[in-house]
Amino acid sequence: MRVERGDRSVSGAGAIVEFDSVGLRYGTGAEVLKDLDFRLMAGGFTYLTGPSGAGKTSLMKLLYLAQAPTRGRIRLFGEELSDAPREAMPAFRRRIGVVFQDFRLVRHLSAFDNVALPLRIAGRPEAEIATSVRELLDWVGLADRAAAPPPTLSGGEQQRVAIARAVVAHPELLVADEPTGNVDADMAKRLLHLFESLNRLGTTILVATHDLSLIAATKGAQLMRLEGGRLVDPTGALKHPPLRPGVS
Amino acid sequence: MSGGRPAGLGDQLLLPDRGPRLAPWLIGVLMFVTVLVGAAGLALANSARLVAAGAEQRWSVQLAGGARTADPLAATVRKVPGVVEATPVPEAEIRSLLAQWLGPDLARSSALPLPALVDVTLAPGVSPAPLRQTLARQAPNARLLSYPEQLGPLLDNLRLLQGIAFALVLLMAGASAAAVMLATRSAYDAHRGTIEVLHGIGATDRQLGALFQRRMTREALIGGTIGAILGLSLILLTLLVTGAFFSIAANGPALRPLDIVVLGLLPIAGAILARLVARGTIKRALRATL
Repeated sequence: MRVERGDRSVSGAGAIVEFDSVGLRYGTGAEVLKDLDFRLMAGGFTYLTGPSGAGKTSLMKLLYLAQAPTRGRIRLFGEELSDAPREAMPAFRRRIGVVFQDFRLVRHLSAFDNVALPLRIAGRPEAEIATSVRELLDWVGLADRAAAPPPTLSGGEQQRVAIARAVVAHPELLVADEPTGNVDADMAKRLLHLFESLNRLGTTILVATHDLSLIAATKGAQLMRLEGGRLVDPTGALKHPPLRPGVS
Repeated sequence: MSGGRPAGLGDQLLLPDRGPRLAPWLIGVLMFVTVLVGAAGLALANSARLVAAGAEQRWSVQLAGGARTADPLAATVRKVPGVVEATPVPEAEIRSLLAQWLGPDLARSSALPLPALVDVTLAPGVSPAPLRQTLARQAPNARLLSYPEQLGPLLDNLRLLQGIAFALVLLMAGASAAAVMLATRSAYDAHRGTIEVLHGIGATDRQLGALFQRRMTREALIGGTIGAILGLSLILLTLLVTGAFFSIAANGPALRPLDIVVLGLLPIAGAILARLVARGTIKRALRATL
């Protein structure tokens, strides 16, 4: 089954992610992902749902290059990953923003320095980093907590720092694992608005979530559902994805 | 946070490990031993060189018949082309030498037959063949003995000890490298979470390795410098107290100023080694990741 996500009409570009008969197993265990066959089109906004243990996090790991598939083919940004040398991986990763479910903030760095990490890794000038980071911390409502280290932040604040870190370098692909799991409804709305803004600027977005209200609130977003490591299409919508009218 | 210079991954990304930092102490102790063993190796090398240089082109002529024949023998030898110096060894000196083995009474006894001895120095590069031919013609009973051949076993032993000393220095370097490798691996494990985050957001192996390289280089430099200062201090103290360390060979110092400089540079060599080992260790650890 080949399904296409995203809206060609929005970006006018091709697939940013292509999975071709991808399978994944850890060690000698059973396959946790089976025969994944899909595309995410550039500029698309896609939700990934499914019950716990369905393989959402494993799929995310494949997408943010923390794991290599045990079979099949993945193309990212138009390039075949299995052909890419290991030295090329950091350049791919810098084009991907990741919001981890467990935030993965560096505990002894301030919120500011955590958000600044992708820019420092990319070797951006300090002046540019300061401007971008302050702007983003202000956006997620943490301007006054810039100097605070993660252990002194609430779960919701940590999540916002993690999101700010994921988007600060304007990634081409944003992968978020339950990004609104620890924030209140108002902040969830703000974060969704941030994702939509990024999406309008051309960032392809994939969000793994159980939050149906989030999915419902995002007009035109595509939906992928994983069950038992396979993509399923109980409604038929995956086979015939609606054109995304654009996110407002 | 101001200015336009490119940012880097600073040292603040890695917190110091909790508890005592053992690597600098261990490297300090190893460097202390390395300096002492290295100094011994250099002293032995210098001594061997001085002894060999002193014996080069030196020969000894022995002739049975007593000290009274020494002067005519020396006169004969002096006439041979290429002979720079021919000095008869005084009988008293021969007896004094023999007294060490035979005891003073026997050495002084007139019943003891003494040979005539002449120390001969040939010009550099001159073959002993003309001297040998002259002696064969004019003093067929005389024996021509080569200093280097006589000193051969001594020189071999000195060179063996020197080799052992330098092997020990290499062993110390290996032990230091192992200490750095363990410390780097331990630091990597302690900061694995941070490294995974940085790796996941696009840090290169080189950037991640640099974090550990800086740290291990600094620790090796601190520990190594302290160890080297203590080692060199002990050597200088030995010099002041006994004078032995610097004058093993009578005709020159056992340690030259250049040797002291070489020993003083060992902490820098240690720091460079630590840097390379840390880089290799992190590279290997990261190779396990995608």
